[in-house]
Amino acid sequence: MWRDELRGIYYIALKDMRTYYFKPPAVSWGVIFPVVWILAFYLRNPKNFEDLIPGLVAMTILFSTTAAEAVVINFELKLGSIERLLLAPISITSVLIGKVLGGFIFGLLMTIIVTSVSILYLGLHPNILALTAIAIPSLLVFSSMGAFFSVAVKEVFEAQTLLNLPRFIMIFLCGVVYPIAAMPGWLQYLARLMPLTYTVDGLRRSFSLSSTSSVSLDLLVLVVYFLILIIPAIKMLNKRFE
Amino acid sequence: MRDGWGRRRTEKNQWSVSGSLDSQNIIFRGISLNLSSNPVIQITDLTKRYGDFLAVDHLNFQIQDGEIFGFLGPNGSGKTTTIRMLVGLSKHSSGRASILGHDIRSNITEAKKHIGVVPDISNLYDEFSARKNLLFMAGLYGVPYDQRESKADELLKIFGLYERRNDRFDTFSRGMKRALTIAAALVHSPKILFLDEPTTGLDVVAARSLRNLVSNLHRQGLTIFLTTHYLEEADLLCDRIAILVKGKIIKIGTPEELKRLNEEKSIIEIKFTRDIRTRIEELSRRIPGTEVIVLEDDKVRIYGGYPPSIFEEVHRFAKDTGIGLELVNSIRPSLEDAFMRITGLSPMVMAIDKGGR
Repeated sequence: MWRDELRGIYYIALKDMRTYYFKPPAVSWGVIFPVVWILAFYLRNPKNFEDLIPGLVAMTILFSTTAAEAVVINFELKLGSIERLLLAPISITSVLIGKVLGGFIFGLLMTIIVTSVSILYLGLHPNILALTAIAIPSLLVFSSMGAFFSVAVKEVFEAQTLLNLPRFIMIFLCGVVYPIAAMPGWLQYLARLMPLTYTVDGLRRSFSLSSTSSVSLDLLVLVVYFLILIIPAIKMLNKRFE
Repeated sequence: MRDGWGRRRTEKNQWSVSGSLDSQNIIFRGISLNLSSNPVIQITDLTKRYGDFLAVDHLNFQIQDGEIFGFLGPNGSGKTTTIRMLVGLSKHSSGRASILGHDIRSNITEAKKHIGVVPDISNLYDEFSARKNLLFMAGLYGVPYDQRESKADELLKIFGLYERRNDRFDTFSRGMKRALTIAAALVHSPKILFLDEPTTGLDVVAARSLRNLVSNLHRQGLTIFLTTHYLEEADLLCDRIAILVKGKIIKIGTPEELKRLNEEKSIIEIKFTRDIRTRIEELSRRIPGTEVIVLEDDKVRIYGGYPPSIFEEVHRFAKDTGIGLELVNSIRPSLEDAFMRITGLSPMVMAIDKGGR
C-alpha cells in the first residue's frame, strides 16, 4: 500500500519536473529574478556583499519553489489532466505531495546552484550542515505555499497574483536585504509572523553572520508553517473531488 | 493455459490483440470470451446529490464479467457522474457500489488497480511523446520496470501509433489522441475498462475504427462499461444497455430486448411539407390510442394504432390544415424507436447535446 503511494509521489514529481520545471518561466522566476534583485542592491552598495548572500539564497528558495508550484495544480485542474493522476491507485494526499515534491526538488537544485556559485565566487565557508538543515524545511514550506495558493483559487492567474502579495511583503520584511533589527518595532513583530524570517535567520547563522533567534525556533516555526499550509491544501483538493 | 501462439497466459483477464486502428483487420491471440454470471460491478441505490439537485437517483444494477454494458442517455442524464463515482473521482452521497468486491468508499485504491479509465476528454500530457505518456502511466500504475517498454510498444502497435511513437501528444489528431488515451488506460492490464463517450468528436472513420478496437477488446474478455449518447454505438457494441434520463435508469436490457418493446406496435414516420409543431396536439387528438413523437419541425413518428386508419386520418389532417405530406413510411422498430418510446425524447436531443455527427 505505502509502496504504491511512494511510487505515485515519485512519478508525479518526476513528471512535473519534466513538464513544468526547467522551462523558461520557472527558471527566470526561480533564479534570474533573485539574482538580478540582489545584484541591484550590490551595485548600490558594493561593500559587504557577503551580507546579502543569505538573502539571495532565501529568495532563491522562495521563488524557485513557488514559481511553477503556484500554477501547476490549478493548470492541471483546468485541463482535467490532474484527474489522470487521481485515477491511479494512490490517494489525493499522495498526488498533492507529489506536486509539492516537484517544487521542492526544483527549488533544491536551484538553491544548490546559486549557493555553490556564491560560495565559490566569494570564497565563503558556510556551515553546510546548518545550511542544509534550514534549507530543506524552508523548501518544503514554500513549495507547500505554492500548492496552497494553487488549490485555493479557481483561475491560474489568480494564484500567481495572490501569491505575489506574501512573496513581496516577505522580501522587504524578512531580512532579505534590510536587517530586521533596523526596522520599526511594529514591523519587527510583523516580520516575526512570516516564515521567510526564520529561513533568512537560519541561513545567516550558517554563514556565520548575525542572527536573532535560535536554530530550534527557526526549525519549529518552519515545520509548523509546513503543516499549516499542506493540511488545508490537501483538504481543499479533496473537497474539489467530493 | 496457453494462448493461440503458444504463449503461457498467467491470468484469465490478461489480453493481447494485434492489428492497427487503421487497418480494420485485427488478428487475435489468446481469445478468451468469458460471459459468466459473475458480477464484477455491483451497484445498490447509488445516489449523488449536488445540494438540492439530484444528479444520480438510486441506481441499481450489476455488470457481469466479460460484458459490455452501456449507459445511454442525453447530456446531463448522469452518465459521467456515475462513472466518476465508480472510479473514485467523485464521492457518492448514498448507496453502495463495489468493483471486483472492493467497496468504492472504503477501498477505492484497491479497486483502481484493476480498472482502466478513458475519460470523455483526451487528457494525456501534451509535452510527452506517445511512448513517454505510456511509460509514465506504466510507472504510475506500478507495471514492473522490465515490462514497461514492451507493454508500451505492444499497445502502440495495437492502436496503430507505433510509427508516431516519438511524436508529442499535442501533434496528434483527435482520433489518435483518443486511441492513445485508451491505450494509456490499458497499460496496467486492467480487468475492467471504463469508457466515457469514447467516440464523441471523432470523424466517422476514426469512430468506426475505435468501435472495432473496443469490440475486439471485449472479445478478449475485457469487461467494458461504456457511456454514450449515440444510439447506433450502443446498439452495435453493447451486450446490455441501461437507458438513463435525469439520473434515473428507466429501462435496462439487451438491445434486442429493448427493440422488442416496440414490436407489438406499428411505427409510421411522416414528413410534412412544413413545420407542424403548433399542430401536434390537433394531430394527436385525431388519432387516439397512439403516441405522436416529434422528430424534427416537420417530421413525426406515430407509435401504435391501426395503420390504415392512421393513414386515412393523417391524410384528412393534411387536407384540413393545408400542410402537405412529403413522405409517409411504415418502419421497422430500432433501438432509436425503443429509446424514443421509453424516454419520450427525440434522438435529436442526443445529437444536439454533443454537436451530433
